[in-house]
Amino acid sequence: MRSGFFVRKIKLIQRLICMNKIVEKYKLSENVCKFIVEAPMIAKSRKPGNFVILRVGDKGERIPLTIVDSDIEKGTITLIVQNVGASSRKLCQLGAGEFITDMVGPLGKATHIYKAGTILALGGGVGVAPLFPIVKAFKEAGNRVITILAARNKDLVILENEMRQWSDEVIVMTDDGSSGRKGLVTEGAEEVIKREKVDECVAIGPAIMMKFCALLTKKYDVPTQVSLNTIMVDGTGMCGACRVTVNGETKFTCIDGPEFNAHQIDFDELLQRMRAYKNEEDQARNKK
Amino acid sequence: MTEYTEMLNRERNAEWRVALRNSVPNKERIAIERVKMTEVEPHERIKSQTCEVNRGLKAEQAQREASRCMDCVTPTCVEGCPVSINIPKFVKQIEAGKFLDAAVTLKEFSALPAVCGRVCPQEKQCELKCFYQQKMQKEPVAIGYLERFAADYERLSGKIQIPKVEARNGIKVAAIGSGPSSLSFAGDMIKFGYEVTVFEALHEIGGVLKYGIPEFRLPNSVVDVELENLKEMGVTFEKNFVVGRTASFDDLKELGYKAFFVGSGAGLPNFMNIPGENLNGVMSSNEYLTRVNLMYANQSDSDTPVMLGKRVAVIGGGNTAMDAVRTSKRLGAERSIIIYRRSLEEMPARLEEIKHAQEEGIEFMNLANPVEYLADAGGRVAKVRLQRMKLGEPDASGRRRPVAIEGDIVEIEVDLVIVAIGVSPNPLIPASLAGLKMSRYGTIEVNEETMQSSIPEIFAGGDIVRGGATVILAMGDGRRAAASMHRYLQEKYKKPTGK
Repeated sequence: MRSGFFVRKIKLIQRLICMNKIVEKYKLSENVCKFIVEAPMIAKSRKPGNFVILRVGDKGERIPLTIVDSDIEKGTITLIVQNVGASSRKLCQLGAGEFITDMVGPLGKATHIYKAGTILALGGGVGVAPLFPIVKAFKEAGNRVITILAARNKDLVILENEMRQWSDEVIVMTDDGSSGRKGLVTEGAEEVIKREKVDECVAIGPAIMMKFCALLTKKYDVPTQVSLNTIMVDGTGMCGACRVTVNGETKFTCIDGPEFNAHQIDFDELLQRMRAYKNEEDQARNKK
Repeated sequence: MTEYTEMLNRERNAEWRVALRNSVPNKERIAIERVKMTEVEPHERIKSQTCEVNRGLKAEQAQREASRCMDCVTPTCVEGCPVSINIPKFVKQIEAGKFLDAAVTLKEFSALPAVCGRVCPQEKQCELKCFYQQKMQKEPVAIGYLERFAADYERLSGKIQIPKVEARNGIKVAAIGSGPSSLSFAGDMIKFGYEVTVFEALHEIGGVLKYGIPEFRLPNSVVDVELENLKEMGVTFEKNFVVGRTASFDDLKELGYKAFFVGSGAGLPNFMNIPGENLNGVMSSNEYLTRVNLMYANQSDSDTPVMLGKRVAVIGGGNTAMDAVRTSKRLGAERSIIIYRRSLEEMPARLEEIKHAQEEGIEFMNLANPVEYLADAGGRVAKVRLQRMKLGEPDASGRRRPVAIEGDIVEIEVDLVIVAIGVSPNPLIPASLAGLKMSRYGTIEVNEETMQSSIPEIFAGGDIVRGGATVILAMGDGRRAAASMHRYLQEKYKKPTGK
């Protein structure tokens, strides 16, 4: 029995060595970190739009993060996280060489990528990260892609160079005009829609931003997808914390989404549900 | 006479059994009263989520209870057991004071005796079929308590015996999900000599035993010991792995897996689709229990939060509803209320759970059904509107159908609502298997005898087949699937690839 025990331990150690190791870490802005993580199987099987659920520490929370990119050869995936709460801070404190305790994926439905014509991609804040794989895939599928990156200020604009590589045109917009043009993402989007025919719009960012993008594109009748970052626990359909009303029906973001037709989403309910744990989150943030 | 009954007979005629039987006249055995389980006082136990309510039997209590068993010629009790445990044998071993042997007997048939001894509905299974119950209208032998006693005795003795396994035959098989059906499947397959890997999507092994059943009913440490036994036997566990997503079935076949058992459970919570159900403060029992049991949200050092309520309503009358409502009490609720559309008599929860809940001050609002949830100014649930019901004619399940009493609507104040009205099969795994025959309820269709699906190398059992049942029925499925997969693989690979 002892030998079986040791073989198991060795197997376990081998697994730990090759799983979820952070191989590179970059700081994209004051509060946004980019990680390249070893996860060969996820790297191979993931598709644009998929996410992982990860956990840092034995009492860590399960947090969903979109897979930004992957490198099948190297067996790595790219994750981008904004330090907004206690759990994302724990992740951001990890450095290259350290391990993410648990990571599972790829989860969620993949984005429907096809040759649509002209795609208008709208990214707000750290929402630019989940937007990136979609922009890349639409470009690779032969679409004309116009990308608008919006942030509060210059320091918060992320992935600009990467987006330029995969977009026909990139428009940067900041609330204070410190980079690109001054104004909201919807203003830039409206100009593009008025200027040329847009076949499909993808908007990812804070829920309130997606709400107003949806209102705008509805006005111009442009089909629009959004990717939701609802509260989740297991991410596999088990708990229903991620419930969202789409076209009058309750859907689970984790298995029915995370992307939905923006014009059918009950954004007011979504905004309300995103605040469900606001008090607890505030307490956790201020605790340490 | 089947092989199994022959075996029962042979065992019964063993010298020590005959001597033990003859050592006490049946008259004396019958005169003994059924043992009472020692329980922690309600006011004490509701202070802690992890304080187990039932304390188990002491050795002398167990031996006395075991001596009530008359070691019947035809032990009907075994007919009531979904995993066909040789019940008289282990009971008599307890009577004889051979407690460790009793544990070995249990493990021949069940991968999880300490679990079954706690959560099985024995009153509807083995104990229902007990001679005392059937023929004498007396309280049955407390088979469940005795099972738990033997398993606990072994665990606490530190002398855990690992069941014998056949030499490895080099054939790889996989179980998908790590709940009771998969664990039971894995336990049998490893005994037959296969290389067994169990794939689990979550970060903990155990499925519903970990995320669902609270620690006051089934401590995680008890589950962990049973898992450790399976590991010692050679079962490999892969956490954070969703078969069909992380790697496809074809990927796994390429890695050498010859057959699969899908025991992915019924982890998709049902809702009632009534207005206000998506308000903050309304959640599924799966979410509530997962946050507490799996993520330890009630502990101060956990990063996962859980919403707390002062006035908690739990919708439903099953075991999960009882688990949720009793959890809410332990998490500090002033009022914890079960809202159930039928009457107490029709409640599907175990009697013991209902009794424990009542002792703990849980309120039961029966014959009432939610029709709408109303929010406070901050958007959190504040009231539930209830339709009063009465019982009508019996329905397909044989229970009297609840019928709305027209116009009889009441409102009660709540700040947390937990919906525990059942679960549906989780579509995540079946969705990744093209060609798998599914029922219209989303369950996997299998041959009831062999548990084989429409794809020959895929077997299935537990809630993904049944759509929401019990731990022990899932375990029975796992055993049957293991036996028939064994036949299937031996047939297919007559010359195993060696060691």
